[in-house]
Amino acid sequence: MKMIKNAAGRMVPEEINGQEAVPFKGVGKHRPSGRKYAPPLATCIDYPGDNNKVVASLREALERCGLRDGMTVSTHHHLRDGDLVNNRIFDIAAEMGVIDLVWLPSASFPCNEPVIKYLEDGTINRIEGSMNGPLGRFVSEGRMKGMAVLRSHGGRVQAIQDGEVKIDIAVITAPAADSFGNAKGTGGPSATGVLGYAKADYLYADRVIIVTDNLIDLPCFPMEIEGNYVDCVVVVDKLGIPEKIVSGTTQITRSPDRLLIAELTALFLEKSGLLHDGATMQAGAGGTSLAIAVFVHEMLKKKGWKLSFGFGGSTKYMVKMLEEGQMGYILDAQAFDLDAVRSVEENPNHIPYSVFNAYNYHSKGNLTTMMDIMILGATEIDTEFNGNVVTHSDGLLLHGIGGWQNCLHARNVILPVPLFRDRIPVIVDQVTTLCGPGELIDVIITERGIAINPRRQDLLDSVRGKGLPLVTVQELKEMAEKICGKPEKAAFDDRVVAAIKWVDGTVIDSVRKVRS
Amino acid sequence: MEMKQAVTGNTGPKVRSDIEVTLELAASGGVELEIRSKVKSMYGNAIEKQCRDLLEYFGIANARLKVDDSGALPFVIAARVEAAVRALGLRPSALLPEMIEENGYTSEKGRFRFSRLYLPGNNPGMFLNAGLHSPDGVILDLEDSVAPERKDEARILVRNALRAVNFYGAERMIRINQGERGLEDLEYLIPHNVHLVLIPKCEGRETVMKIDERINAIREREKIGRPVFLMPIIESAAGVERAFEIATASLSVVALAIGLEDYTADLGVQRTKEGLESLYARNRLVVAAKAAGIQPIDSVFSDVADMEGLLDNVLRSKAMGFEGMGCIHPRQIPVIRKGFSPEPEETEKAKKIVLAFREAQKRGLGVVALGSKMIDPPVVARAEKTIALAVRLGLLPDGWEEQEPKE
Repeated sequence: MKMIKNAAGRMVPEEINGQEAVPFKGVGKHRPSGRKYAPPLATCIDYPGDNNKVVASLREALERCGLRDGMTVSTHHHLRDGDLVNNRIFDIAAEMGVIDLVWLPSASFPCNEPVIKYLEDGTINRIEGSMNGPLGRFVSEGRMKGMAVLRSHGGRVQAIQDGEVKIDIAVITAPAADSFGNAKGTGGPSATGVLGYAKADYLYADRVIIVTDNLIDLPCFPMEIEGNYVDCVVVVDKLGIPEKIVSGTTQITRSPDRLLIAELTALFLEKSGLLHDGATMQAGAGGTSLAIAVFVHEMLKKKGWKLSFGFGGSTKYMVKMLEEGQMGYILDAQAFDLDAVRSVEENPNHIPYSVFNAYNYHSKGNLTTMMDIMILGATEIDTEFNGNVVTHSDGLLLHGIGGWQNCLHARNVILPVPLFRDRIPVIVDQVTTLCGPGELIDVIITERGIAINPRRQDLLDSVRGKGLPLVTVQELKEMAEKICGKPEKAAFDDRVVAAIKWVDGTVIDSVRKVRS
Repeated sequence: MEMKQAVTGNTGPKVRSDIEVTLELAASGGVELEIRSKVKSMYGNAIEKQCRDLLEYFGIANARLKVDDSGALPFVIAARVEAAVRALGLRPSALLPEMIEENGYTSEKGRFRFSRLYLPGNNPGMFLNAGLHSPDGVILDLEDSVAPERKDEARILVRNALRAVNFYGAERMIRINQGERGLEDLEYLIPHNVHLVLIPKCEGRETVMKIDERINAIREREKIGRPVFLMPIIESAAGVERAFEIATASLSVVALAIGLEDYTADLGVQRTKEGLESLYARNRLVVAAKAAGIQPIDSVFSDVADMEGLLDNVLRSKAMGFEGMGCIHPRQIPVIRKGFSPEPEETEKAKKIVLAFREAQKRGLGVVALGSKMIDPPVVARAEKTIALAVRLGLLPDGWEEQEPKE
C-alpha cells in the first residue's frame, strides 16, 4: 500500500478501499470545491397513493429497497447498547446471500458484537464508524477484509454530504412513526428523546427504511424525520431494551480520584474566568464530566449566574440546571437518561438539535466554535498536546471518535484526565494514534497538576498566582514515567487496518495491525 | 525435596494495581517464568527483567514463578515476590525499593491531625493517590483491615510503599497489630521514615512503654535521629478507665484516639449516630488528653455516603474538644477539615490578639493587652495556632497582617 506523510508527520494511505484519499493538510487548510452529493430523484407515482408505506417485515423492506452485494447500509446509534434492530439487518443479508456490504453506523456498541461473524463470512466487507470493544480488537488484529474508516460525528455527516460515502440504504429506528414515514425520538416503549444522528442519513440515502415499535396515527408530530424522504415503514415488536437505551439514571463518578480531578477542573473554570454569566458549555456523559457539571452548577447558583446554553448529550444534571434556572437552553443531539428524555418531551427550552447543524465542518459555520467551555477526554495526550481517543497505548482500537474532533474547535478545550490508568501513562511522548492536533487542545487537568498549552498565553496569565497546581506538560509526562516506568511502544505490522479521518475528510492518521 | 508453593498478592476482575505471584522452588532447570499482565505490551519486558533480578537477588536459581499482573507498579511487584520467597521459609535480606526524595520530610508533635485516612495495608491501589486528597495523615493499616493470613505480605508491601509512594506531605502513620506481631511490624517499618505509630486496643501504659522501647531500640540501631510519635487508640472500657495513664505513658504520645466500634461492642450496646452511649468515654478521653497536653482524636464516621451526617458529627466532636477524626474515604477529608476549621469570628478574634501581641513586642512591652483586657501567653499561642490554621486552610491569605487596617 502506498503511504504518504501528511502535514502532521503521520504516514497515511493514499488510497482507502479503492478510493483516493487526501492527506491531512493542517487545521483549516483544506478547502474543497464542487457541489454537495444528492440522492436520485424520486416521484410519488412510485409510492402508494394512500401514502401507507408499511410493509410486512424488515426483510421485505430491504428487498424492496434492492439490497445487494457491495451496498452501503447506514444506521444510527440512538438505541445504544439496547439496540435490537441493527444486527438483524445483517442476519437478513446473510439469509439473502448478499455479500461485501459496507456498514456505516454512527456508532457501534458491545451489543453489536454478533456482526463479527458477518465480517468473518464475508457478508460485511468493512465497518466505517466507531470501533468499540470486541469489534475494535477484531479490526486491530487485522481480521476485517476492508479497511476501517473512523470519522467523528461531524466527519460522518460531512462525508455523507460531500458524497465521500454514498448510502444505498439507511435503516432508521424510530421510537415513534406514522405510516407515511414521519418519525421522532419521543414516545413509545423505546423512547430515545431525540434522533439527532439520523438526519444526514435520511437526507442523502438512496433509500430510507423507518423501523418502529410504535406506529401512531398521522401526523407524527413534531417530526424529526420527514416522511417524504422515506421508502418503507416496518413495524416490529421491540426496537430495543429500554434500560440499555437510556440508563435509568446516569451517575456521577464515585471514584474519589476522579472527583478530585472534577473538583480541580471546576476550580480552574472559576479562577480562569472561563465560567461566567452567559457562558456556553458542553461536557459529556462520562462520570467525571457529570461530576464537573455538578460542581459547576453549585458555582453558578452561588454566584447567581446562568449559562446561556449547553449542548447535549443531555443528562439529568443538565436538566437540573435548566429547570433550576442556571442554564437557558439545552440544544440536544442525544438524551442519555430518563430525566433527559422526559425533559425533551416537556420543556420547550430543551431543543432537539441535529449533529448536522452542530458539527459539520463543510457548512456555513457550526455550533462548536460558539462554545466557551468544552470538556473532553482522551486515552493519550502527548507533550505537543496532541490527543488520541481511538486506540490505547497497546495499539488496540477500542473507542470511536464520537464528537471529540468536532468539539476541539470550541474556544477553550479542556481535557480532565488521570495522569495514568493502572500502570499506563496517559501523558506520553507521542500519541499512538493522532486524532486531534495539539494546537486545538488548551488545557490538561490531572490529579497531579494542570498543564496549559503554551500557545494559550492568555489562559496562563489568567490563572497565574491563583493557587492552582500549574505544571508543564513535560513535567506531567515525567511524573507519569517516574511512577509507572517508561512504557515500551506498541509493536505493529505494516498492514493498515484503519484510517482516521479529520473533520474535513482528510486523513490525519492510520492504525496498523497489532503484532501478536 | 518437598515442593512447596507460595501464593501472594491479588488478582481478579476488580483488582487494580496489584499482582498475584505464585512461586515454587525447583531442584534444577533454572527459572521458569510465566507472565500474564494487563499491561504486557508496554511493560512485559520490564516485568520479566524485574522478576528475574529479584529471584537472582534472593539467591534462587531454580524455580517456577507465575505472575498474574493487573498493572502493579514495581514496588508492588518487588513486595509480592519477596513475600512469596519468605512464605517458602527463606530468610533473604530485603530488597528495598529506592526511597524517593519527596519522602524525606519530617513531622512535629503539634501538627494538625484533623483527618487521618485509613488505607488497608494489603491494597496497593489505594495508596497511590491517597496523599493527593490532602489528609493530615495517612495510616497504612496492618491491623483490622488485613486478613490474618495476609498479615505477612501486607507489612512487606507497606514497607515498600513507605519508600516508593509519594504521600504528598501527609503525616506518615502506621497502625500495627496487637501483641508480639505488632512489635515485629515495627522492625519492618520504623526504618522507613514512619512519623507516627497507632497502637490499637490500648488498655494500659505497659503496652505503650513496650512499643516505645522497641521503637527507640530500632532508632538507635538504625541511627534515626527524628522522633517517632505514638497515638494509642482506646477501644474498650478498661482503656477508657486508664486514659490518662496511657496518655502520659511516654513523651512520644502526641494524641489519644477513640475507636467506637470496638468500644460499643465491649459495652454490649449499639453504636448510634447521636453517640449517647459513648458520651462518657469521649468526654473522659478529651479531658485525659488535654490534661496530658496532647490531642484528643475522635473515631471514624462509618457511613461514607452521608456527608451531612458526617459534618454534624464533626461539629459535635469539635464542640466536645476533639481535634481530629479518622476517615475511611477520601471524600470525608474536606468535610472534616471544614468542620474543624475556625469559624470566621474565631479567626477575627485571633487576628486581633496576634496583632496586639506583635505590637507589644515591637514596643518592648512585657504585657499584652487588648483593649482593657490582659492577654496570657497561652491565649496568644492559641491565637497564633488559629491563624496558622486559617492561613493553611486558605481562609486567610499569606501576609494577612499587611492587609489589616492600621489603627
